[in-house]
Amino acid sequence: MRYIDEYRDAKVAESLTRRIASRATRPWVLMEICGGQTHTIMRYGLDELLPPEVELVHGPGCPVCVTPIEVIDKAIAIAGMPGVIFVSYGDMLRVPGSRSDLFEVKASGGDVRVAYSPMEALKIARANPGRKVVFFGVGFETTAPANAMPVWQARREGLTNFSLLASHVLVPPAIRLLLQQPANRVQGFIAPGHVCTVMGYREYEELAAEFHVPFVVGGFEPVDLLEAIAMLVEQLEEGRAETENQYSRSVTREGNAAARRIMFEVFEPGDRKWRGIGPIPMSGYRIREEFAQFDAERVFDVATVTAEEPPECIAAAVLQGLKKPHDCPAFGESCTPERPLGAPMVSSEGACAAYYRYRRNPLVKVSDVHLSPADQQAR
Amino acid sequence: MCLAIPGQIVDAEEIDGNRVGRVRFGGITRQAFLDFVPEAQPGDYVIVHVGFAISKVDEEEARQTYAYLAQAGLLDEEEFAP
Amino acid sequence: MFICPLPINRRDKVLLGHGSGGKLSAELLRDVFLPAFSNPALCRMDDQAIVEAAGARLAFTTDSYVVKPLFFPGGDIGSLAVHGTINDLAVGGADPVCLSAAFILEEGLPMETLRAVAQSMGAAAQRAGIPIVTGDTKVVDKGSGDGLFINTTGIGIVRPGISLSANQARPGDRVLLSGYIGDHGIAILAQREGLEFETRIQSDSAPLHGLIGAMLAASPVGGIRCMRDPTRGGLSSTLNEIAGQSGVGIALQESSIPIREEVRGACEMLGLDPLYVANEGKVVAIVDLAFAEAVLAAMRAHPLGAEARIVGAVTDRNPGLVTMRTALGTTRIVDMLAGDQLPRIC
Repeated sequence: MRYIDEYRDAKVAESLTRRIASRATRPWVLMEICGGQTHTIMRYGLDELLPPEVELVHGPGCPVCVTPIEVIDKAIAIAGMPGVIFVSYGDMLRVPGSRSDLFEVKASGGDVRVAYSPMEALKIARANPGRKVVFFGVGFETTAPANAMPVWQARREGLTNFSLLASHVLVPPAIRLLLQQPANRVQGFIAPGHVCTVMGYREYEELAAEFHVPFVVGGFEPVDLLEAIAMLVEQLEEGRAETENQYSRSVTREGNAAARRIMFEVFEPGDRKWRGIGPIPMSGYRIREEFAQFDAERVFDVATVTAEEPPECIAAAVLQGLKKPHDCPAFGESCTPERPLGAPMVSSEGACAAYYRYRRNPLVKVSDVHLSPADQQAR
Repeated sequence: MCLAIPGQIVDAEEIDGNRVGRVRFGGITRQAFLDFVPEAQPGDYVIVHVGFAISKVDEEEARQTYAYLAQAGLLDEEEFAP
Repeated sequence: MFICPLPINRRDKVLLGHGSGGKLSAELLRDVFLPAFSNPALCRMDDQAIVEAAGARLAFTTDSYVVKPLFFPGGDIGSLAVHGTINDLAVGGADPVCLSAAFILEEGLPMETLRAVAQSMGAAAQRAGIPIVTGDTKVVDKGSGDGLFINTTGIGIVRPGISLSANQARPGDRVLLSGYIGDHGIAILAQREGLEFETRIQSDSAPLHGLIGAMLAASPVGGIRCMRDPTRGGLSSTLNEIAGQSGVGIALQESSIPIREEVRGACEMLGLDPLYVANEGKVVAIVDLAFAEAVLAAMRAHPLGAEARIVGAVTDRNPGLVTMRTALGTTRIVDMLAGDQLPRIC
């Protein structure tokens, strides 16, 4: 597949690893922000390829993980209401709320459906005029334009049975918060390539200047991430704190204006609570007043319960990159993907789930098992 | 976050006021909304996220940076060859 | 300021994930059914049960089909049921003898639909040479079913000396796979509301008793340790089960695993891993190293095994785990999934 396969090429990856090893003269702590990037790192074992000087910590780039528990509870409440068709992205179905999750609502008879695209929910609304259709629009800036489109379209068509339960979080305010923590160890960031495809990277230039920390906008394939790491190490070794763009085949400094236009017609920035982190000012999008009739939070009267949080789950520290999943005593023991204690173990993008699925301590490398003479020749 | 993959636009048309196209991803084809990439035409590659194209792949940019990477790989090998 | 998310671990209802062939299914077996039914034949937990009766070793298996949509490229619920049950017998080293078919129909199901499914089942049984000799029909109230559910049961006779079981894999054995993975699951997903995409992918649903017969003929008794057809839960679930039951590690090589371009494209788009996608016409065999090439050759000589490969090996390291050497030469775990794989946005 073009623009994917070549970025998984073993030889190119190898040469980038050598470049990183030869440039790094002392320890550096880097963070990749996006859950999709964490996924690639774990799935391809990129951290195995890096020299010991380079340490990767995983940031809060999992919108599924950081969706506030109150929003999950609202989703569950709405999905359980008679006559409602609740449409959601697949990965939201297993995220635990205070007492339940959307899968259980489905098991109890709720009409909960999975969609790949938010426009599918609009199709369902048009086809079911007698039912109230709600789309669970979660995501970072990347997904916000797509989540905005059905609302914008619904208003144009005069649909009265469609609404959006929106929960968007923005990356730069979260990074700013991390950088402001006295315990922060992160010295360089791989900025999220698809967020920047929409938003451009001006906000990261500001952060780089304010905190004197380098940023490289990175893609999602192994070669992209290794190249971004190489660029960060280069900057750090040279004492630079600039914003560079590795993912230039998709990202420009200005981003996608057409996408932002629709997004800002429907949404406006607002304060947001991040699960595992807490409230961060102006770190989310909410639906504007003029689209109130399409705002599920206003359409449905849902009382929410905020529950006490037990101390066992260290998601807060993991999401901020202060601890690794295997630092948690519950990891792999009382907390597994089947019985998750916290959100980073539920979503496959969460750091804990990624670690559990692709890595477990200790893992013995089996690189010397040869399959057949033909295979040996092929290598 | 943000699972998005590159695909090639096969055709494009206006439906209900949206610009919609069929995009091919390595052998399968799916409809995607092209409203965010008005400049993209059939034959172009776009990055698609949840059924929306969010950027047109800058093929020249991709070619240049990849050629540099691949070349660096070859040079490295010469450097490190026994 | 920093608060921890809340745990959830209550499971007092059956969930869809319990039927998906992964960890939840295994839990259900372990926590509900095995304690209730416990007996030696069952506890081996192979795809079929082998029981001795009147001097013969009979293989006995049952399966229920609840697939939606009922009709899909490459087959339908009927042919799927026939092939699936034949395969469960065949992977146990049994020659299938006959099948039963029990139907649970939802009131209001169009007669035409039922007729089409029945015709397809009959045709599949005839092509495979295995008759459907008995059956049952029940009708439930409208709204209680998904239109049509089928249960098939199969009986076979195990060849003399053959003893295949998932607990027999030994370090050094090779893992053989008969062809492309992911075709069936992707063919089904392409039709599913909310996900639809265009593809020429067809389900690989097929009866494997001929291919398996050729494989058994190509090696002495004991040369093939076990065989499985990797259906729900995909290749990963099957290999994890074998690794677990045999107490061994299984090391795969990513570059050896055959996947069609279309299946790759669909998986990339939806964020799915082909290792977890269902197959209905593939067999995985654990074979003694000494006979691996011979069995492989026999597979490739058969139409259903033309793309057969050696995809991995059994090892004494990381017992109970399936690992994979990636295209980059690093190692990752191929974990057993909890429930069904979900398309993701992240």
